[in-house]
Amino acid sequence: MTNLAPVLEVPVLELNDVRYRWPGRASFELQVPHMALAQGETVLLLGESGSGKSTLLSLICGTVVAQSGVVRVAGTDISSLSSGKRDRFRAEQIGLIFQQFNLLPFASVQDNILLPLRFAPDRAKRVASPVDEADRLCSDLGLPHDLLGARSGTLSVGQQQRVAAARALIGTPPLIVADEPTSSLDAATQVAFLDVLFAQSRAHTTTVLMVSHDARLADQFDRVIQIADIAKTTRGIA
Amino acid sequence: MILRLALGSLLARALTVAMTVLAIALSVMLFLGVEKVRTGAKASFADTISGTDLIVGARTGSVQLLLYSVFRIGNATNNMTWESYQDIAARDAVDWIVPISLGDSHRQFRVMGTTSEFFQRYKYRSGQSLAVSDGEVMDDLFDATIGADVAETLGYNVGDPIVVAHGLASFSEHEDQPFRISGILEKTGTPVDRTVIVSLEAIEAIHVDWRSGAQIPGQSTPADAIRQMELQPAAITAALVGVKGRLQVFGLQRSINDYVEEPLLAILPGVALQELWQIVGIAETALIAVSGMVIVTALIGMMATIFSSLNERRREMAIFRAMGARPRVIFAMLVLEAAVMAAIGALLGLILLYLGLYVAQPLIDSAFGLWIPIDPPTLREVWVLITVILAGAIVSMVPAIRAYRMSLADGMMVRI
Repeated sequence: MTNLAPVLEVPVLELNDVRYRWPGRASFELQVPHMALAQGETVLLLGESGSGKSTLLSLICGTVVAQSGVVRVAGTDISSLSSGKRDRFRAEQIGLIFQQFNLLPFASVQDNILLPLRFAPDRAKRVASPVDEADRLCSDLGLPHDLLGARSGTLSVGQQQRVAAARALIGTPPLIVADEPTSSLDAATQVAFLDVLFAQSRAHTTTVLMVSHDARLADQFDRVIQIADIAKTTRGIA
Repeated sequence: MILRLALGSLLARALTVAMTVLAIALSVMLFLGVEKVRTGAKASFADTISGTDLIVGARTGSVQLLLYSVFRIGNATNNMTWESYQDIAARDAVDWIVPISLGDSHRQFRVMGTTSEFFQRYKYRSGQSLAVSDGEVMDDLFDATIGADVAETLGYNVGDPIVVAHGLASFSEHEDQPFRISGILEKTGTPVDRTVIVSLEAIEAIHVDWRSGAQIPGQSTPADAIRQMELQPAAITAALVGVKGRLQVFGLQRSINDYVEEPLLAILPGVALQELWQIVGIAETALIAVSGMVIVTALIGMMATIFSSLNERRREMAIFRAMGARPRVIFAMLVLEAAVMAAIGALLGLILLYLGLYVAQPLIDSAFGLWIPIDPPTLREVWVLITVILAGAIVSMVPAIRAYRMSLADGMMVRI
């Protein structure tokens, strides 16, 4: 919100000449010559399982570091950060949604939504009243108000994914990364889920990168990238 | 919030956590209980006799003399003669002297013959005197004053007759000379509570028709005739002595120990008690060590449950990691969790201990004559609790390090 003037020339996410080799598994290597996402874009990254999607997400989130090349998130080369700083950086810049089991089942919905703010002070500063914001996000995502105090484990899968979306959106991080968030939902819920997610992300010009193997979702996104076009995986006998 | 989440995670595993906490609580209760009984027993022993400077008896071990004369534990192997008693009583240094004659019993309680001076001179719990709660101190030859426990256990009241048995746990009773209960003493928490006190002469009186531990057949002297007799005892078991000045204690003790007419022993109760502690000390240390090991076992049990919970909680840890928690936050959370479990366990153990004391205090008192006071936790006990919590935290670092490594390797993606 501070940068209302769009700085489109600085991509929210940019990968250049990235090479990643799994430690101890010399036979598997992932190469990404170039990939860039602009601010506010919604991008679907399509790929079959085993195409290196998970590794790519780990690289973007900084839980693994490329042996060579540059991964820039919001202008910062994350491989230049120490591992502790990368954890903080991830919390500040990236909202994450997984395939399933997104939430701490024993914690309340509200605590789950507020959890990333605990590790991201700057992101927390952008939220004047975290509890009200969690409430607002829930109602915007179509979750009933009285759900906030409920234990997350008691929610349906569809509701859990929406709570995960609220957690990714709170504090408006510049990038949301979603790893097959809709695969555990039925077709109608999938569309509805993406609708409410995009409504929120567009309101804050947040970039959304979603990974999936399901091409049917393509027309809801601004852009579709086939992982095979941007990345090369090598599997051979070392 | 992290604390709330850690507590939430614990609550979600309530059953295993409760078992772990209970194990810690019981071990803490055991440890502190042993401490309480130990210090209570010591205090109770130390409180039993006060104001007495020397205990004199036939030559034996000093601990043994203390045990049988004051605590009615064990028996005297020898008596001291009445002549020696009188000789010592006549010494300049002696302020007062009270003879004690043991050997007979009533039911499970010992009978002690003494003089009425015993009730003024015997002091317990730093200088408290015996007091009569009902009736009065024995006055007549066939009067008996009984301790509070005797009255309570056997349901005796003032005026009731009682029959004294010869020896201990004996079936031959001195039925000819029934005694009358003249008074009941107030509870003292000392062996006096479990003693039937009669006059020194009475002990002689009931043995008038007895020789060598058996009644002379057909002989039964009527009570009136006994009253006319000279009932000077030939020997007594021991004597409690008070000296005129503190400094004279050692001189008197030495001269009694060197008494040539008869092998005698004089002991300072406090010193003999110290010797007793030295003997009991080894058993004490063993007891503390064993109950300490029980705490260690409980803590290792906690470590095992944390270890086994790690796999099912990989998802939970991955979520924390994805939300930006560093691996050391995961580490800290596990240690915190263990510390919380240990703290709850320790506090619960303390509560159980006090509940247990509350319930068991009268039972222990009546069974062992041991009054364990219910006091607020001592500084030492507080330290035990703190140590348990710290030890719990330290022990949990082993699984926490594993969780740290796991969460580093897993990152935010868990493939299960």
